[in-house]
Amino acid sequence: MKSDIILSGVGGQGILSIAAVVGMAALENHLYLKQAEVHGMSQRGGAVQSHLRISEREIASDLIPEGRADIIISVEPMESLRYLPWLSKNGWLVTNTTPFVNITDYPDMKELIAEIEKLPHHIAINADEIARQVKSPRSSNMVMLGAASPFIDIPYQSLENGIRKIFERKGEKIVQLNIDTLKAGREFSESHK
Amino acid sequence: MEKLLLLGAEAIAQGAIDGGMSGVYAYPGTPSTEITEYVQHNKIAIERKLHSQWSANEKTAMEAGLGMSYAGKRAMVCMKHVGLNVAADAFINSAITGVNGGLIVAVADDPSMHSSQNEQDSRFFGKFAMIPIFEPASQQEAYDMAYEGFELSEKLKIPIMMRITTRLAHSRAGIETRPLKLEKKLTYPEDPIQFVLLPSNARKRYKGLLGLQSLMEQEAERSSFNTYYPARNKSLGIIACGIAFNYLMENYPERKFPYPVLQLGQYPLPFSKVEKIVNECEQVLILEDGYPLVEEMLKGYLDKNSKIKGRLDGTIPRDGELNPDIVAKALGKEVKFGMKVPAIVANRPPELCAGCSHRDIYNALNETMKEFGKQKVFSDIGCYTLGALPPWNSINSCVDMGASITMAKGAADAGVHPAIAVIGDSTFTHSGMTALLDAVVENTSMTVIISDNGTTGMTGGQASHATGRLEEICIGLGVKPEHVRTLTPLPKYHDEMVQVLREEMLYEGVSVVIPRRECIQTLARSKKEQKVNVEEVVR
Repeated sequence: MKSDIILSGVGGQGILSIAAVVGMAALENHLYLKQAEVHGMSQRGGAVQSHLRISEREIASDLIPEGRADIIISVEPMESLRYLPWLSKNGWLVTNTTPFVNITDYPDMKELIAEIEKLPHHIAINADEIARQVKSPRSSNMVMLGAASPFIDIPYQSLENGIRKIFERKGEKIVQLNIDTLKAGREFSESHK
Repeated sequence: MEKLLLLGAEAIAQGAIDGGMSGVYAYPGTPSTEITEYVQHNKIAIERKLHSQWSANEKTAMEAGLGMSYAGKRAMVCMKHVGLNVAADAFINSAITGVNGGLIVAVADDPSMHSSQNEQDSRFFGKFAMIPIFEPASQQEAYDMAYEGFELSEKLKIPIMMRITTRLAHSRAGIETRPLKLEKKLTYPEDPIQFVLLPSNARKRYKGLLGLQSLMEQEAERSSFNTYYPARNKSLGIIACGIAFNYLMENYPERKFPYPVLQLGQYPLPFSKVEKIVNECEQVLILEDGYPLVEEMLKGYLDKNSKIKGRLDGTIPRDGELNPDIVAKALGKEVKFGMKVPAIVANRPPELCAGCSHRDIYNALNETMKEFGKQKVFSDIGCYTLGALPPWNSINSCVDMGASITMAKGAADAGVHPAIAVIGDSTFTHSGMTALLDAVVENTSMTVIISDNGTTGMTGGQASHATGRLEEICIGLGVKPEHVRTLTPLPKYHDEMVQVLREEMLYEGVSVVIPRRECIQTLARSKKEQKVNVEEVVR
């Protein structure tokens, strides 16, 4: 198996937590993993992405070649489109629909959604709203991971275990809330794919 | 052994800890910061009380590392590529003094300038200093090279450079660790004047360094990091340096290379391996994530029809980092094209955080400058450099650490009035203090704004040497106490800030204005940590 994943969002939105959970889950399944992150200047409210690759076999490049990503997981709708050159023809675009507007020329939401809906395989989910419903408003990133989970070749239980390990230090309540949001995201995708 | 999931930068740190390091010295700088931060939080490093506090700048770090080596212990010095410019004096001379305990200088380059002012290639500095350079392709190699590097350094009695680039520094992978070594005991150099670079002794030591070159080459020749992959098709040969090897492998899965390949991870160049690939192949493609160092060495100045291909003949773009697609194109392979980015996707450049004190300072400065005119503000390296972008457009320079003050001084000498410098607290103690002293000595008419957010912000909030000391430093350097003014940068004090800035700009002499408010990021983090601690107590 192999999954090449692009994670995208705006600096500070928590895409690295998604990567950390998938990383833990990959280790549990004895998979190879490479994950390239963006640190430094872009983290200050700029566009950020991470290339996450998991495979049964040795992984060569830390960066995914263009047109080869199996999934784009984006915690922000406009950012999901920025990395389309990397998405393979049959790849899935899984994106949050809640915009993060910190620029004056942010595009019209209707046009943005229309662009997303042009893609043959896409899941557009209001992750912020779902996170609020399960009473964990700051876990929209875990909603997104849940929504992408049917398309990642890793047992779902391993993602839950990953959350346990990553959030352990913050207490059982936080762990459970994150697992609940993960589940809610997954259920949405299962019923919309 | 245990498998750890580590960034390339962290793998260097873990390798150095396991390799028996007694201390790391560094100033933060993307993409090198995580090396030292890892040591600061590592359990064994804490138990062993390894030195890991930040240094004032890369030069002081380099010198302290050399001092630890003098005392027989293993030390590592870390910096970003431009930091090596700051440390260069000590770095070049450390090759002449040689070492006692093993010394690794880890430098992280930033091709494509993701977070930097240039994309200089530190291998040139390593070659300039005439010392061995390690350039890992993977996180595992980064670990192994750091682990083994101290021994090579002690065997040759000279420092070793470890060069990585952004992608390896900030990419995570699983690595296998090796048994933890003991730290070295305190010992003095056998020769009491080894480190005395008086001309008479320096000449001797330099001859010694020259004499070592063939030994370094032998080491590179038999190094397991320089691997020759033979192949039948000799129409092309490929030399892949450091992380470029990964991009090559991406194009030939399972290392099934159709052409001979030399994977290069240890310099100086292993002569017989390089000679073999150049002699047996019709053309040789050089893949380097940085400047064309190996390419230039092999090409020769006058040979315009050289069989050596790479960045100099346009096979690969002259600037920017490599990636698997650039390498595929250079190999003449078909490259997949993904979809286009829709036209409605707008740029999203980095910006100052909401609530950041720099915002309030630039608002006040812009209003003040309405009276004094445009293009008189020199600035520096840090988050506040973002003040160059809209909506502020407040600053007119950002060159190197500390340059704001000295450039303002030069401009003032040329007749610019008022000349303004905007510098951060950590950048000020890094390289701004001597600049301020120059201005004080001549009583130059200029105003220095030290925007004090109590941290080294851009690199993620590391401790700042300036915290709690700024006024004393400025007054100690000779700025008149009545012209060291402190402000609280908040929207509600806007008018007061404009007033103080105006007064100091009208003053004919050196004045320092210190707007002080904690970085919004470190503030949020410390509040969160307090909350977690409280919850832990409640549980």
